[in-house]
Amino acid sequence: MVMEIVCPAGTPASLRAAVKAGAHTVYCGFADETNARNFPGLNFERDEMREGVAFAHDHGSKVLVAINTFPRAGGEEMWHRAIADAESAGADAVILADLGLLAHAAQHHPNLRRHLSVQAAAANADVINFYADAFGVRRVVLPRVLSVPEIAAINAETEVETEVFVFGGLCVMAEGRCSLSSYATGKSPNMNGVCSPASHVDYHEDHGDLSAKLGGYTIHKVGAGQPAPYPTLCKGCFQAGEATGHLFEDPVSLNAEALIPQLAKAGVTALKIEGRQRSRSYVAQVVRNFRAAVDAQAAGLPMPEGMLASLTEGQATTAGAYKKTWR
Amino acid sequence: MKLSVGPNQFFWKADRWAGFYDDMAAAPVDRVVLGELVCSKRLPFYQDRIPGAIETLAAAGKKVGVTSLALITLKRERKLSAELIEAGVEVEVNDLSMLAYLPKGAPFSVGPLVNIYNEGTLAFLAGRGATSICLPPELPLEPVRVLAKAGRDLGVEIEVWGHGRVPLAISGRCYHARLHRRTKDNCQFACEDDPDGLEVSTMEQQHFLAMNGVQTLSDSFACVDHQIEMLRDAGVASLRLSPGTGDFAALCGMYRDRLDGRTAKGAIAGALEDATPGIRLSDGFLTGAAGVDWSGARAD
Amino acid sequence: MSDHSVNLPLFPRLPALALKGMPLMPVSMALSGFARRIAARHPAMFRRLGEYNAARFVLDPTDLPLSMLLEPLNGRPRIHLSRRTLRGDARIAGPLSGLLGLVHGAYDGDALFFSRDLVIEGDTAAVLALRNAIDDAELDLSAEAQAMSGPFAAAMRRLIAMAEARTGVALSRHEEDGTW
Repeated sequence: MVMEIVCPAGTPASLRAAVKAGAHTVYCGFADETNARNFPGLNFERDEMREGVAFAHDHGSKVLVAINTFPRAGGEEMWHRAIADAESAGADAVILADLGLLAHAAQHHPNLRRHLSVQAAAANADVINFYADAFGVRRVVLPRVLSVPEIAAINAETEVETEVFVFGGLCVMAEGRCSLSSYATGKSPNMNGVCSPASHVDYHEDHGDLSAKLGGYTIHKVGAGQPAPYPTLCKGCFQAGEATGHLFEDPVSLNAEALIPQLAKAGVTALKIEGRQRSRSYVAQVVRNFRAAVDAQAAGLPMPEGMLASLTEGQATTAGAYKKTWR
Repeated sequence: MKLSVGPNQFFWKADRWAGFYDDMAAAPVDRVVLGELVCSKRLPFYQDRIPGAIETLAAAGKKVGVTSLALITLKRERKLSAELIEAGVEVEVNDLSMLAYLPKGAPFSVGPLVNIYNEGTLAFLAGRGATSICLPPELPLEPVRVLAKAGRDLGVEIEVWGHGRVPLAISGRCYHARLHRRTKDNCQFACEDDPDGLEVSTMEQQHFLAMNGVQTLSDSFACVDHQIEMLRDAGVASLRLSPGTGDFAALCGMYRDRLDGRTAKGAIAGALEDATPGIRLSDGFLTGAAGVDWSGARAD
Repeated sequence: MSDHSVNLPLFPRLPALALKGMPLMPVSMALSGFARRIAARHPAMFRRLGEYNAARFVLDPTDLPLSMLLEPLNGRPRIHLSRRTLRGDARIAGPLSGLLGLVHGAYDGDALFFSRDLVIEGDTAAVLALRNAIDDAELDLSAEAQAMSGPFAAAMRRLIAMAEARTGVALSRHEEDGTW
């Protein structure tokens, strides 16, 4: 069976580009705080969502709507409305992280398929089965802290489908459980749907040296001609004890293309590509590449050579925690 | 308002660990949560001292809880977590995996590392048996107010992060091991030399974070000295003090005095600044623009 | 770390020098008119820009002796060219081919930034909003120019195709075909 590729769309144009490039499934969100990519100029108005879903369905693709931030106390209505609107737009599933929201969806939208967002960081079979029992969750997006053997072990112990990230940005912290961004900027992935937000970024170029600050903290300094990473907190260059360097993670992004056969063997249902904040040109190219890869995998052919290096952050890639030595 | 002592987040030698809880037995606090929160590999070093500490604290009239790990992944950790409910004291859930192990309806408490941001989640957990909840440290005052009210309606006590380096992130990767160019499986307990965490600064020497094995904390010490009245008005039932080195029992005493009206706003911060010149405090998650902000830095 | 830079074509030096003597006022007015025509056909682009409709963007083609101030103004955009350093809320600098390639979906903005082919200063959020709004609009400046050229549309098309072939600069929309 062909592994499903789940592709990002930050705009209607990216959604169409992804579908045309061969995405089995596209995921996207509404243009507000209900989703974890609440970036300026991104995401879907209600009419755009309806049209996007219709376009995808006409071409045989599915659409998942990410409503994966944690509703604000006193303001849950906005999140509840997002779920209702996703259902009426014809979405094939919603991707949720918050316990209360899952309970609400299970109760009020029983026929709307529920996926567990990576923001819930469900990292073992027991908690995944808990989400299935309590809320009827059908698929879980696994956190990026697990190795391939651990993923295989999870699949052996659960009926819930698993989806894993194979390409794009890489969280080194357990997703949905990180307040680094709100500590430095006041804007939080969980509450505001942003991490290391552009509104708090300050780039300064001086004689070819580029320094990047976030909320007043210097996260990077690179010399002329060196690749420039975005100042994401956990990928910054810091000092501790005698050491200076990327103490948490290098400015790399994930590329697990070469591990697709192993992930298939581990029982993974779907492969997720990060990057709703990237352009339609990026989305099309990555989707085309991964569609070719999963088609080759299903046909028992070797993985095609990757062509994606220049698209990645800091222009270096890692297989992340899928290889256990990463830890 | 009550005072709780949260689980020690750092790796302390067994004697220091046990000595700390002897001190807590005499400290003016109502509840003490102990056990291993951050890394399951640390537990064997002091595990056999836990029953004694529970006994001492209970004998001193403290309510005692035992925490789950913050991130449960390995088979051994799942087994350990499932066995926690046999400890005979209330379990503090800091990873939702615990909900799979707790018998339905059995009372439990919820720690600050569980994402409780709204009334829906609070109601769900109350329905499962939660009796007290320490809210995530990043919550601003306004949602705290809403949740404290919701908690009162549901019979759940709401606690707020009161003092100590703030837990900001948990990871599958061990940063102490990475710093020493070791893998997590062969970490050789690199974190044991930093009983308050290892300070992480920027390349321009700005104090920023603290690393503690797989955990990342704030460099600054949270201190709600300036918000105590607001929190009380909001209906918050309890403050959590997070263990650190130094005279922690004295710190508990300072908060007790402040809660009971024996000292005024600013007394705790002033005493801490006198004792440790240059100490970095923060309360920005509650009332500032960013978590690191400190209202004491402004005219108050 | 290996060098994956995108190798953007640079604007030829001779014509660039010729631009030095050109009067900029009429060009600014013509470009503003062109931008307003495009704006009328792509209202969603300005909805997407949201609060950044009020931002002032300096676009600085580093291979040309001039730069451009763009003000979106809720669908009534204004463009002003200058040979002097322009001030705005945000500045995006890079070879003209990179800037045009972004508009036409030939390049990914993040990729150009990571490779340092693009330089961003000032209000980073405004730049993101502009980039995302333009990316979603699927603009084709060449088609827009032809549409405005009336009876000369065919000639315009030939001219643009020739210029595109000669310079390697994306002057028209790319169908996300991954040719680069």
